[in-house]
Amino acid sequence: MTKDHAGRIAVPRAINWNRLQDDKDLEVWNRLTVNFWLPEKVPLSNDVQSWATLSAAEQQLTIRVFTGLTLLDTIQNAVGAPAMMPDALTPHEEAVLTNIAFMEAVHARSYSSIFSTLCSTREVDEAFRWSEENPQLQAKARAVLETYAPGADPLKRKVASVFLESFLFYSGFYLPMYWSSRAKLTNTADLIRLIIRDEAVHGYYIGYKFQRALERQDAARRAELKEYTFSLLFELYEIEAKYTEALYDDLGLTEEVKSFLHYNANKALQNLGFEALFPAEACEVNPAILAALSPDSENHDFFSGSGSSYVIGRAVATEDADWDF
Amino acid sequence: MTGLVYFSSRSGNTARFVARLGRAAARIPLHGEDMPAPDRPYVLICPTFADGAGRGAVPKPVIRFLNDPARRALIRGVIGGGNRNFGATYGLAADVIAAKCSVPVLCKFELAGSETDIARVAAGLDTFRGTPCSTM
Repeated sequence: MTKDHAGRIAVPRAINWNRLQDDKDLEVWNRLTVNFWLPEKVPLSNDVQSWATLSAAEQQLTIRVFTGLTLLDTIQNAVGAPAMMPDALTPHEEAVLTNIAFMEAVHARSYSSIFSTLCSTREVDEAFRWSEENPQLQAKARAVLETYAPGADPLKRKVASVFLESFLFYSGFYLPMYWSSRAKLTNTADLIRLIIRDEAVHGYYIGYKFQRALERQDAARRAELKEYTFSLLFELYEIEAKYTEALYDDLGLTEEVKSFLHYNANKALQNLGFEALFPAEACEVNPAILAALSPDSENHDFFSGSGSSYVIGRAVATEDADWDF
Repeated sequence: MTGLVYFSSRSGNTARFVARLGRAAARIPLHGEDMPAPDRPYVLICPTFADGAGRGAVPKPVIRFLNDPARRALIRGVIGGGNRNFGATYGLAADVIAAKCSVPVLCKFELAGSETDIARVAAGLDTFRGTPCSTM
């Protein structure tokens, strides 16, 4: 709905998808709607036996990590995505944000499907209590929620939102990828990969809208927003580092998780159109985790002679119709 | 030395990757007829926009560019942009183009690329020759 400066509804307008101001809105709408899924599609119960092979401490860690992820999804569903709607530049952007909001609710709901399949009610209740009391989890939730408050800077809200979508989830996503790389909880990992795929589109789209809005700002404002972006990242990183230590020290995985955080922080910055912060040597993610993220995707490096072998085949003439849209 | 042709959507990730390579590169436009007309062999750098099933991986302007036999004849390799978070479809556009044109996928990079990607591609392009595309 178009609003005037006093926030009143000006002329109520129906959305016309055949008159686009920004092609990216339709592109992302199509991508998100085609990718729609529900947790019922994943055979989580096939993980029951695998779950039983985890130690009590590993099970508790996994449940806690998933409640932490549930909290972020809950925030993005109920507060984050709706808070960005009044800032939308096009009605189509508002519509995309409604899809993002709903899918965050699907993600939050999915963790409860995992819980009801694998865990006891008592364990899960304990983990939800933990999530309300864990200082780092609460600190990152509050840092993001502050930027979502009414009257807050619309562009800073997008920055925080991209950090939530593209950075804050990853201390949690690491664990199911780790289990998957060890052939454990592989169905749960399949579900998490669906969530990761959605969050990648969300971070990309919100970051794209941030870049479009940034172009309209003067140089002083652009500098202010860039400074804000990096200072918020430092603030969130400090919380994430402590959260990571608290969760992963016992398994001896903290340093490996931190490399994964650096790598994802750089990608979040790139979604916002900024350069990377962490140097290459701080971002060397365990190849088993990268392989768990994109299974069946070959890691080509023709230049160094590694990666999949390349065989010259018989090429086919290309016509528009041949290319699969 | 091999030339460079690239496509980048308005998110600008691939454009930033190419800018950091610091080599001359021709851009395939988002809209319109103003296509680059390469007159020597080139490597194509192309991002991926696939859905979960892999459909629509290659951007339409890149398809229009490659549908011209004269332009297609000079492609020697493809470098794919993408995001590992898309799982099996990571950088899929490069695989589709490589199969269509029978040229190698030289490498893949995420979003605007890391420092390591830039160094690897810059060094690789310095020495890369490549065999002609056999699709005529």
